[in-house]
Amino acid sequence: MKFSHILGILVIAVAVIIIISTTGDASSYVNFEQAKAMAVNDSREIHVVGTLKKDPQGHVVGISPSPDKLSFSFLMVDEQGREQLVRYNEPMPPDFLRSEQVVVIGRYQGNSFVAKQILLKCPSKYQENELQPTSQQAQFQ
Amino acid sequence: MVHEWIGQTGHFFVILSFVSALWATWNYYWASQKGELLAGKRWLTLGRLGFGLHSLAVFGVVASLFYIIYNHYFEYHYAWSHSSRSLPVYYMISCFWEGQEGSFLVWIFWQAILGLILMRYAGRWEAPVLAVFAFVQAFLASMILGTVIPGLDLKIGSSPFMLMRDVMVDTPVFALNPDYVPEDGTGLNPLLQNYWMVIHPPTLFLGFALTLVPFAYCIAGLWKKEHGAWIRPALSWTSAAALILGLGILMGAYWAYETLNFGGYWNWDPVENAVYIPWLMLVGGLHLMMVYRKNGTALKAAILFIILMFILILYSTFLTRSGILGNSSVHSFTDLGLSGQLLLYMLAFAALSVALLIREWKHLPSTGEVSAYSREFWIFIGATVLALMALQVLVPTSIPVYNTVASWFGIELNMAPPANPEIFYTKFQLWFAVCLALLSGTAQFFWWQKMDAAKVRKALVMPVVVALIVSLLALILLDVKEPAYLVLLVAAIYAVVSNFFVLLGLKQTNLKLAGGSVAHIGVAMILLGILFSSGYSKVISQNTSGLLYSREFGDEVNQENVLLWLNEPQTMQQYQLVYKGQFYEAFDAPGYIPKQLLNPTEKPDRFLARGDYYHRGRKYFGEGDTVRINPENTYYRVEYTDEKGKKFTLYPRAQVNPQMGFIASPDIFRGIRSDLYTHVSVVPDPEEPIKWSDPEEQKVKIGDRFFINDYVAVLEGLQPLQQVQGLQLGTKDIAVKARIRIFGEQGAEFTAEPIYVLRMEEKTTGNLPAVVNDLALKVGFMAIHPEEDSITLSTSNTQKDYIILKAMEKPLINILWIGTLLLVAGFGIAIVRRTTEYRQLQRKGVE
Repeated sequence: MKFSHILGILVIAVAVIIIISTTGDASSYVNFEQAKAMAVNDSREIHVVGTLKKDPQGHVVGISPSPDKLSFSFLMVDEQGREQLVRYNEPMPPDFLRSEQVVVIGRYQGNSFVAKQILLKCPSKYQENELQPTSQQAQFQ
Repeated sequence: MVHEWIGQTGHFFVILSFVSALWATWNYYWASQKGELLAGKRWLTLGRLGFGLHSLAVFGVVASLFYIIYNHYFEYHYAWSHSSRSLPVYYMISCFWEGQEGSFLVWIFWQAILGLILMRYAGRWEAPVLAVFAFVQAFLASMILGTVIPGLDLKIGSSPFMLMRDVMVDTPVFALNPDYVPEDGTGLNPLLQNYWMVIHPPTLFLGFALTLVPFAYCIAGLWKKEHGAWIRPALSWTSAAALILGLGILMGAYWAYETLNFGGYWNWDPVENAVYIPWLMLVGGLHLMMVYRKNGTALKAAILFIILMFILILYSTFLTRSGILGNSSVHSFTDLGLSGQLLLYMLAFAALSVALLIREWKHLPSTGEVSAYSREFWIFIGATVLALMALQVLVPTSIPVYNTVASWFGIELNMAPPANPEIFYTKFQLWFAVCLALLSGTAQFFWWQKMDAAKVRKALVMPVVVALIVSLLALILLDVKEPAYLVLLVAAIYAVVSNFFVLLGLKQTNLKLAGGSVAHIGVAMILLGILFSSGYSKVISQNTSGLLYSREFGDEVNQENVLLWLNEPQTMQQYQLVYKGQFYEAFDAPGYIPKQLLNPTEKPDRFLARGDYYHRGRKYFGEGDTVRINPENTYYRVEYTDEKGKKFTLYPRAQVNPQMGFIASPDIFRGIRSDLYTHVSVVPDPEEPIKWSDPEEQKVKIGDRFFINDYVAVLEGLQPLQQVQGLQLGTKDIAVKARIRIFGEQGAEFTAEPIYVLRMEEKTTGNLPAVVNDLALKVGFMAIHPEEDSITLSTSNTQKDYIILKAMEKPLINILWIGTLLLVAGFGIAIVRRTTEYRQLQRKGVE
């Protein structure tokens, strides 16, 4: 067998490993119900898309920061409408309450979902589709 | 007033640039087909005319857009959404690449310039190369065309010259007044307001533009059946492309390190990957081209690499600009509805390349078996490793594409990118990097063509021995334990050492050939820098109290932030930290200015000074002066004292911007051994009004000692005022200031000066309270009681100012940046040598 053939086989083998490992390590978008079922025998972290729980007036409810502000938990509603307590071991991201969509990456531990990462989609980010008054009121007491 | 003429001029130039690019393509095509014949010469003249016209039109478009931005014509959507009145001129240039249309324009601009250079210097390659150039330019110009094809309702491209009223049709103000011009623009994304962002994107786009040169030469070679002849003229261009694109990537990494707060310089974000993938192919292609140049082998591979590289550039353009990445990237452009056009662009060039390849494949010289003792063999292996490296990033980066394609067949794939990209990519890239380090260290000891085992052994003994000794020393000093990191460390040290030996060997012969080894040393140092700064990045702001907020987190999850209250020292590893308050940066004064020294005015960027400001002994402004500030940026002063008592101060920054929300940027203390990287994670919301407690009133006599919220205070005296800053005093009005000294913790003293105003004509009174931020106190001067020699003060308090801070140590990151400089130098040497060589050949008439 020529060396180039061995090399060719090696390259194909590595390529196959790459593809298999990508499929293996790729995360997926699921809802909380699926996430909970997966957590039993799968240690992978998954993505859940949803929104923060709000009361009828549109105020976010269910946020409870830890006393030292260094971690917090919140209530999130997934796209199927299932509500879930999510814990996050980092301080609350500053735009968190303004977000219109939240993606949490993590997995269930017991009855709560522990997020390792939170991605936010804020209404104004990267889009300028609203004319806003530009003059600002001076602050004076 | 709506300045319609400038937009129309710009749009005219866009159309002209598109049409002239097509015309130039046509002319150059026939010039290339007819060759040296008289007809060919005539077509060539027309081609030059076409491309010249195209370039002029492109410069016209750029000038028109800049004119709009420079003159603040906010009736144009592009100016409104990317610029603002307070933007300095050098950032106006950045507006070009914030928006998608403008960034296409930068790309077109660079390619027009490169095309003009090639027109002058490409000699006999001019016609076919510029035909490809002009064709690419036509596709790119179509992206900013913004023309609706009549009858078809098909919009081609997105123009940067759209008026606000045409973009925001639904906004009511335009129905009332079509000539409405917004007062000010929404401004440039604050993250882009950084000097690196002025130079990084144009560098990257120049790199993109340069990749077209080898591709155009390659296509020209296949087209004109000069299969290998294109390589010599294209070689220095390919080096330049690899250099500039690589530099662009590293500049982006440096910008991310300095500005973003994810704690590093590389995030495996699809947008970053999209540039990294073609760059790897480009570097592989460059090496294969050198092999062909030396001994005529590996031509097929070189052609494949260059073509794939360019298709991947187009693919990355498609990924980042079509909106297909959706949620998976934080910084892809917004969707402008160009996906169809972008796809067409990519497929057109893929089809063209494949057709030419099929036509010419059997005519391309095949390389027989090469000896394992030859340099070309090892370079070929190296190129293969680079291609696999690219593939490994390409497969997961394309996950959103699989989802989209599957959805066409009605399948919900729901695949998401790997949850922990750093671990996922490192797992592979690290071993590829090890291979590359070993190859780059070894290949240069092989001569071109054959060489026997004994000679190789002899040449390799010294570098291997020295590398092992250095590695041993490094191990003793640096404490590397993970086996994978250990392997990479040894491999990279070996690459540095052995390339250094090559360099020493060259000293005797020809230093002009040093480019390769210098660049390889640079790459190996970059690997070492990445290994230490990323592999051994350590969060030092860990919660050491052992208290866990919740059992749910488990023990392995430590809290990686610290809470700092204003003026309260806190211990963090070997450091003592104190948070000292909020600061602004002024346009006309150096240093950081405490917020308490400034009073806001009606204009958001103008402030009135409440006192004198000194920096390094020089006075920059005094009480009552107007100071220009960028109010979006707040700096949080954090004083560090290390265990030896050495002090330093960092000013991590937070930006609050209506478009972007809250963004924290780090401040970095640069050390020789490691960088200390600090950023705020959370600060109290500046837009949230401060919640003061219910005021408590007390009567105080002059000279009395009393308590304000547990602090001892003395009322030192009263003083009538002639004028009060920010208040119009009538002739009969009376203003009185009370001077109160407050004793804080640890002997700190503060002065509060609330003011009481009697409006005699309106028969009312008012008061201007004084706020002591450091003590979170507010003191109001409510009334004077002359009959009992006392005044009434009201006091209230609030939560003390705080920040939540994250700090990391990045060891040996400077090796990464030094490696970058070496890489640039190595490429520079190689490019200069090749260009002079080729120019000499051209002068002799060989090329």
